[in-house]
Amino acid sequence: MPMIAFLLTLMLLLGVVIVLAYAERKVAAFMQDRLGPTEAGPYGSLQAVLDVLKLLQKEDIVPALADKGLFKLAPILIFAAVFAGFAVIPISPTLVPAGIGIGVFYLLAIISLDVIGLLMAGWGSNNKYAMLGAMRSVAQIVSYEIPAGLAILSAVMVCQSLDFQEISYQQGVLMNAFPGMGYETNWLFGIQALGIDTTNIGGITTWNIFRAPMLLVAFVIYFIASLAESNRAPFDIPEAESELVAGFHVEYSGFRFAVLFLAEYSMMVLVSLVAVILFLGSWNTPLPNIGSIALANWTTGTIGEISGNLWAAFWLISKTFVLLFVQLWARWTYPRLRVDQLMHLCWKVLTPVALVIVLLAGIWRLLMI
Amino acid sequence: MLFYIFALLAVLSGAYMVLTRNLLYAGFSLLVTLLSVAGIYVLLYADFVAVTQLMVYVGGVLVLILFGVMLSSRVHDQSVMSESVNKVWGTVITFLLIVGLCYTILHANLHMLPWLQTADADVLGPEKSTVHTIGIKLMTDFVVPFEVASLLLLIALMGAAYIATDKQKV
Repeated sequence: MPMIAFLLTLMLLLGVVIVLAYAERKVAAFMQDRLGPTEAGPYGSLQAVLDVLKLLQKEDIVPALADKGLFKLAPILIFAAVFAGFAVIPISPTLVPAGIGIGVFYLLAIISLDVIGLLMAGWGSNNKYAMLGAMRSVAQIVSYEIPAGLAILSAVMVCQSLDFQEISYQQGVLMNAFPGMGYETNWLFGIQALGIDTTNIGGITTWNIFRAPMLLVAFVIYFIASLAESNRAPFDIPEAESELVAGFHVEYSGFRFAVLFLAEYSMMVLVSLVAVILFLGSWNTPLPNIGSIALANWTTGTIGEISGNLWAAFWLISKTFVLLFVQLWARWTYPRLRVDQLMHLCWKVLTPVALVIVLLAGIWRLLMI
Repeated sequence: MLFYIFALLAVLSGAYMVLTRNLLYAGFSLLVTLLSVAGIYVLLYADFVAVTQLMVYVGGVLVLILFGVMLSSRVHDQSVMSESVNKVWGTVITFLLIVGLCYTILHANLHMLPWLQTADADVLGPEKSTVHTIGIKLMTDFVVPFEVASLLLLIALMGAAYIATDKQKV
């Protein structure tokens, strides 16, 4: 069973990453008024697949003066760290690779292994660009973990759980189906005093950003910080092409480069998934029940049956793609931040705001019960 | 079985960390040690401790150590290697420690410990993790040590900020 979950997640991830790599080029082309890939397949849709095939055929070059052990180990460690994070992500009400009770905490911890891999790659390459890229990358990821962690903490405080599956159930019409939450109630904006019961309305009204409106700010903070954690523009100083060639993976080629590339895109997918699960209602439908028109029930399906699984996976993945699109959009819209601007944003803007949000989330939780 | 794999990994990487001359390799083998110890914590039903270990030691302390080693690895064009010093005192103290630990373990009468006898039962019960219990204990029985530790960390933070400040302007 764990093996099947492993393979399924890996296949799903590869599919999503290939679509994402294609989307990245097409979105970039659209924003710059170009056509992007057009030759391979209809509208160039096979371009990403062919790119992967090309990378796999290339020679695997290990520099003569590199620290060979570390150089070879680093891509594996980086990808393993990111991929291990997917273990706790629920895909549907009944489908989760490893439903451990402290999933959120585990995810935060396992991602920090990624940092070690980056240092290993930067050092092992024995190249000053790689070294500088790794240093910048690690400094950036370690600093932005703090606002990201605080934003996640505020969501966890509102939900009172570290289990991704429990947090998911709370944000929709299926809440009372979760063991131990049979008598919980969702109120509009989370305020019990308003007296509007939204437990059976579901849809967008029970998403975390609606249940506790200050989580909308937390969501924005998390999204910005997650851009920095996956080294995406406007936070791409670790691989700033004009200064550092390509950052920590400058010496990698062939299959090892493909693995690093895959890890980078998987990281984007992972942070978007976490944002969707914690703030945007996870696998729940955005459509609410309105009187007798039970849109939420129709677009949720039955738990445990194939309809429930398909609807949930559909909503989760489409919401994730919306966030991924925003990531691409930001990349081609904003110029790169300087190091001092980067640190200013992290420590003087995001962190204080996130601390206030944590305080507000604590107070809001008192209104909810 | 899993326990022996993790234990073997922890011991081997720990030994490598102590014996290697290259500071950076020592750092990376410390990674393996910490990961295998986290695995052992999970086997002991201490999931929260395991993840905290990853978070604090791997994500924080180890990254700092590696950063430090990398930044200071070439002083005056000479790679920094660890050297063996104080051989006599080191041997004596290690020997004493081993004797002390063996003495304690042999006299502990392990089979009579109450929590070991109930260890076969489902420790966690209906709870899915130990977080709730730890949280309640921290806010009731152990609130004073908890607050003192946080105060200590705050002092350390202020001290670090003070040392790092540019004192030119005074």
